[in-house]
Amino acid sequence: MDYYLSVATFAALNVILAIGLNLISGFCGQVSLGHAAFYGLGAYAAALASVAGVPFPLAILGGVLVAGVFGIVVGFAALRVREDFLAIVTMGVGFLFLGAVRKQPWLGAEMGIAKIPSPLDKWGYAALAIGAAVALVLLSLHVRRSWMGRAFGAVAQDEDAARTIGIDVAGYKIAAFFIGTAAAGLAGGIYAHMTQLIIPDTFNFIQSITILAMVVIGGIGSTYGVVAGAILLTLMPELFRFINDYKLLVYGALLLLVMRFSPGGLAGMIQRAFGVRLA
Amino acid sequence: MYYVELLLVGLIWGCTYAMMALGLTLVYGLLRILHVAQATVFTLGAYIGLLAANHTGSLAAAFVTGALAAGALGPLIYRLVYQPILDRPPFVALVASIGVLVAMEDGFRLLFGPYGLSFENNVWFTTTYSFAGMTVNLVQVWMVVAAVLLLSAFAVFATRTRAGVAWRATVSDPAMAESFGISVTGVRYVNFLIASVLAGVAGVLVGLLNNLVEPGMGGVIAYKGLAIIVLGGLGSVPGTLAASLVLGVVESYGTVFLDKLLDRDAIAFLFLIVVLMIRPHGLLGAR
Repeated sequence: MDYYLSVATFAALNVILAIGLNLISGFCGQVSLGHAAFYGLGAYAAALASVAGVPFPLAILGGVLVAGVFGIVVGFAALRVREDFLAIVTMGVGFLFLGAVRKQPWLGAEMGIAKIPSPLDKWGYAALAIGAAVALVLLSLHVRRSWMGRAFGAVAQDEDAARTIGIDVAGYKIAAFFIGTAAAGLAGGIYAHMTQLIIPDTFNFIQSITILAMVVIGGIGSTYGVVAGAILLTLMPELFRFINDYKLLVYGALLLLVMRFSPGGLAGMIQRAFGVRLA
Repeated sequence: MYYVELLLVGLIWGCTYAMMALGLTLVYGLLRILHVAQATVFTLGAYIGLLAANHTGSLAAAFVTGALAAGALGPLIYRLVYQPILDRPPFVALVASIGVLVAMEDGFRLLFGPYGLSFENNVWFTTTYSFAGMTVNLVQVWMVVAAVLLLSAFAVFATRTRAGVAWRATVSDPAMAESFGISVTGVRYVNFLIASVLAGVAGVLVGLLNNLVEPGMGGVIAYKGLAIIVLGGLGSVPGTLAASLVLGVVESYGTVFLDKLLDRDAIAFLFLIVVLMIRPHGLLGAR
């Protein structure tokens, strides 16, 4: 039972991460290759707070805010550089986070932070993670239908045209980065308390690519597709032993095949097969 | 004296970066693709070179076979991965390229084992020269020589030969070039061939320098290659060469002065981000 609970919790955390990245890259069109850095920021901030004696809900909130604030900073960077330049800058943000954490003794350097207090049991974390994931999915579906979602779409399609018709491009870009990175911070806070041990390598470039793979394989821009992608990529290594040993080979090959044959991901395949457009 | 030595080490790394980054710039200039999978070409070159050197005992054989293997893989990646998705939005090719990179890291692990291989008789590594209180080994000397020779050869190709002129015409206006009878497809294959041979030679050299060839060796250098081509202004060849040397030197001094704060990779990317915030199109970028 414990095993299934922890798999379900990880699936929910991955849904939170992927929905957050989809908001930035899918809805608002800003490619980010450094999403794991915000996952890490949330985890480290919440862990430090908890170790210092801050109550659990406040520690989680702290993680969300720290990740969100750094997200706003990267959002400002996205106003300055675009497209391919932005992709490389966000990748750089990931390496910068990792390189900085590795060298700070007060962040545990290579050893990370251990003995993080854990106030909940396995059921508690599963309930919290799944509850948060469901809330985020609902938020994502709502945003898509709202004025904000349409404005994101306009920014993604053609920034200059969006600006011409009076859309506050800068404001919406920063909003997308704030919501998406704050969600990653939430996942980080839950992860840190659940595992009680965090090390820098958990939040490396491969983790960023894994989150991107969930978004892209599910279908970039489609909330349901991304949820399916996140759950699928969490379960696959658990179901097949071979995949667990050669995770990167399978993820990489899937990324390549999806891009080659169905750039719309699972959502795109469903649209072609049944003519239904997933939200 | 210590600072001069740091400068020298930085410039030597800069030469390696230049061989890697020039290929990335060539691909970007022609197709607007961030060719992350170049790391795979680089690593294959290193592995094949190492196997050839250990088999024949000759380092010359390592370079020839490494360059050949890399030169075959690059155009193959173009044909199988990029060509079918050229008309899609740019992130499609980028994600596909990342897919090739991460998949092949495990692929190399399957093929050649997880721990990495070493050269049995790496004479270049053990041959050292001392002058003015500084010590360099023969690999480092060859790194600079190879970079200067190959990049000069490329400059001659681009400015003095028919194929080079066709290549430059295609970069600046593919439709016009095609209407003048240039085979755009042919130019693309030549482009990938040159980029990949440079990466293969760089792979063998980095393998010799570390005396180790391992599955993940291409990753970091490819990410840095991307940082360099962005830093130089995407698609600009002179910008790329300048950025390679600058980044090598910045890293070299940075690892001494910022050692308590950041590691080597973080320094490189911090420098990139700072420069891009000041000049959003890179050091020598257009617009």
